Amino acid sequence: MHAIIDYIQSYLGSDQTPGAAGNWFWATVYVLLVFVGLSVAVIAMNWLERKILAHMQVRLGPMRVGPHGLLQPIADALKLLLKEDIIPDGADKVVFWVAPFIVVLAAFTVFVVVPFGPTHAITDMNIGILFMLGVSSLSVLGIVTAGWASNSHYPLIGALRSSAQMVSYEVAMGLAVVSAILMTSLHGMGFYGVGGLGTADTGTLSMIGIVQAQQEQQMWFVFKFFPLGLVAFFIFAVAMVAETNRAPFDLPEAESELTAGFHTEYSGFRWSLFFLAEYSAMIAVSSIAVTLWLGGWLRPFPNALQGATWDFIFSLFPGVTFLFLGALCFFNTARMPKHPLFRIQTLGLAGFGALLALIGLVLLVHGVRERVGDIFWFSAKVAGFMYLYIWYRGTFPRYRFDQLMTVGWKVLLPTGLGVLVLTAVWGVF
Amino acid sequence: MTDPKTISPLDLDTPDETYLDANELVINMGPQHPATHGVLRVILRLDGEKVLGLECVIGYLHRGVEKIAENRTYTMFNPYVDRMDYVAAVSNGLGYCEAVEKLLSVEAPPRAQYIRVILTELNRIASHQLWLGTHALDIGAITPLFYTFRDREEILKIFEKYCGARLTTHAFRIGGLQYEAYDGFEKDVKNFLSFFKPKIDEYEELLTTNRIWLERTKGVGVISGKDCIALGVTGPVLRASGVKWDIRKALPYANYKNFDFEIPTGENGDTYDRYIVRMIEMRQSVRIIEQAVQGIPEGPIMAKVPKVMKPPVGEIYHSIEAPKGELGYFIVSDGSTQPYRVRVRPPSFVNLQALDLMCRDQLVADVIAVIGTLDIVLGEVDR
Repeated sequence: MHAIIDYIQSYLGSDQTPGAAGNWFWATVYVLLVFVGLSVAVIAMNWLERKILAHMQVRLGPMRVGPHGLLQPIADALKLLLKEDIIPDGADKVVFWVAPFIVVLAAFTVFVVVPFGPTHAITDMNIGILFMLGVSSLSVLGIVTAGWASNSHYPLIGALRSSAQMVSYEVAMGLAVVSAILMTSLHGMGFYGVGGLGTADTGTLSMIGIVQAQQEQQMWFVFKFFPLGLVAFFIFAVAMVAETNRAPFDLPEAESELTAGFHTEYSGFRWSLFFLAEYSAMIAVSSIAVTLWLGGWLRPFPNALQGATWDFIFSLFPGVTFLFLGALCFFNTARMPKHPLFRIQTLGLAGFGALLALIGLVLLVHGVRERVGDIFWFSAKVAGFMYLYIWYRGTFPRYRFDQLMTVGWKVLLPTGLGVLVLTAVWGVF
Repeated sequence: MTDPKTISPLDLDTPDETYLDANELVINMGPQHPATHGVLRVILRLDGEKVLGLECVIGYLHRGVEKIAENRTYTMFNPYVDRMDYVAAVSNGLGYCEAVEKLLSVEAPPRAQYIRVILTELNRIASHQLWLGTHALDIGAITPLFYTFRDREEILKIFEKYCGARLTTHAFRIGGLQYEAYDGFEKDVKNFLSFFKPKIDEYEELLTTNRIWLERTKGVGVISGKDCIALGVTGPVLRASGVKWDIRKALPYANYKNFDFEIPTGENGDTYDRYIVRMIEMRQSVRIIEQAVQGIPEGPIMAKVPKVMKPPVGEIYHSIEAPKGELGYFIVSDGSTQPYRVRVRPPSFVNLQALDLMCRDQLVADVIAVIGTLDIVLGEVDR
């Protein structure tokens, strides 16, 4: 018994991730936390997307299930679980069955190396970014098999489009990523991995290492070698939308052309797996972007606003954000109709607000607020990307297939190559 | 090996090796499909994403409207025409009423004419709004749909206040109007116009210079003016191909000759030009309504029409410029209370014939764009 407790305690205070420290207990805990957190994020994202999109489109979005439709995603999830599970007659049953799992597996596995903080990752691999790109591109397999196994035309075309799209955008994406990786080793003195002043001279592929490099160089890579970092970031930001098959690159599931693309024949639970995978893939690529260019878990203005005072002010942000959300709920509670029919909804909203405010208060406590900063800033940056995704969807028409390829191969790829070469050259001189 | 272009896509049993060619995919779009604007079925023959040819299968919404007319009196048939192009019911009613009036040799009094023009032009705006929203939705921009529906609501409110119905209005009667304009009708219309003018700019802001929108619409579904005339295509599609033909100007009906407005034309005959033409048409409709609402004369709203209509033996063809093109009614009277034959020339049906020509050698995504830009209503295609 003592041995177990010792084993559990031995990790506490370590400055490594549980995976890297080789502590199985904490690694499992982290896996569960990430899984639960991701599921909650997907549920929240579902609600937020519907609400934000609705308000962009002069409508209200879900309003019936729970106050302001807060319980709508849960109701939808229940509905999906209870739905009849349909496998079309002509479908290849085994492949049809396996496909959604491949997609979900690929989408979830990448989170193994996502760094939420200097030690808040399941593990730290020395090839982290490669692992992420590699695993996330596995999902194309699932999509192709789904389209093929459905034995139907629309899914097949959707799957073909999807594979072509994901494969071609991965090239541009990879080039942008490489230029960011080059930046981890460059400190302006000149040589790659050959001595220099102070900073790390050998580059790194580790996700944590990349953020630490930004910390040491006191510069987010998006601003480094201005404007090269910015251009690389933009290339990635475009490619990642295409990679996740979201508007304006949502051709594989272009609903007006292909009804639902590769998952046309899927329903119920299997469909919800695709849904889950799509949203977690969005979060995954956003995390890559945040890690590579936007300083990962680092708070904003790490070099301009230094010192204990600023550290204190920035450490209040998580708590204040939750308090603000709670206040927003209370404000809306006051605006609820006073009719008795709305009593439960009003109480529910007030309760939700109270919960958020409570979390906010806990996050303000000394000792907690210093520890959650990493996770908060990381999540906030990812949330910014999620908002962009929704915004794109509200404003852009859809690209046509050939135009999509043109953008990928004729615009992003040459630009990416150019940025890569220039970055390398800039580092030398 | 036969020329693949000559094989009908419908003929799936053709023992022909071209059909077995793995490069070719026959895909069935519709009748249940989100982007066919109802129950249009399009059979596409694809080479990858390229369209080799297509065939429209229609009739899923056939209700035998023309046959029904033969068993109804002239007055009784009037509400049926609203059900053809249900997004522009007022125009349909206008065409039918004017055709029967021509047959009876009566003319609606000026006040009725003015109110008719106002309502018809409002309906043209409503129809174009619905077209814009769904067309943009087909191309992937979901937001304009909600904007246009929000603003279309204001028009429908005016209709509802005027005649009690929002969609299938049955607004006009043979010989004039049944209802006098309600108190505050003019004010409502004026309010709508001042509300709506900035909204057109809002739509254009979302789309007109949007890079993706330009790429999706420029050079897509090109049809020349010559082909349009050969196929009988009318309306904004014809005008976008550079042919200045608008029945409101060419063969003025109602009292359109009293109003000052312009006919927009395009040059390239592509989807973008059709979009621009319709946007300008909305502005021109606003102009017409502004003039009409200023000058509504006093007077009766109904001409002297017998209670039991027995038009003299004869036939008549009367056409109007509906939002989608030339809407014509050919009515044969045998002197009885019921028409011997009513033949409708619906713009959607004729315009749809151009779909194959416009989609050849384009991509699947363009088929959707072209169906949207033709602005078809299946109720009118199938009747």
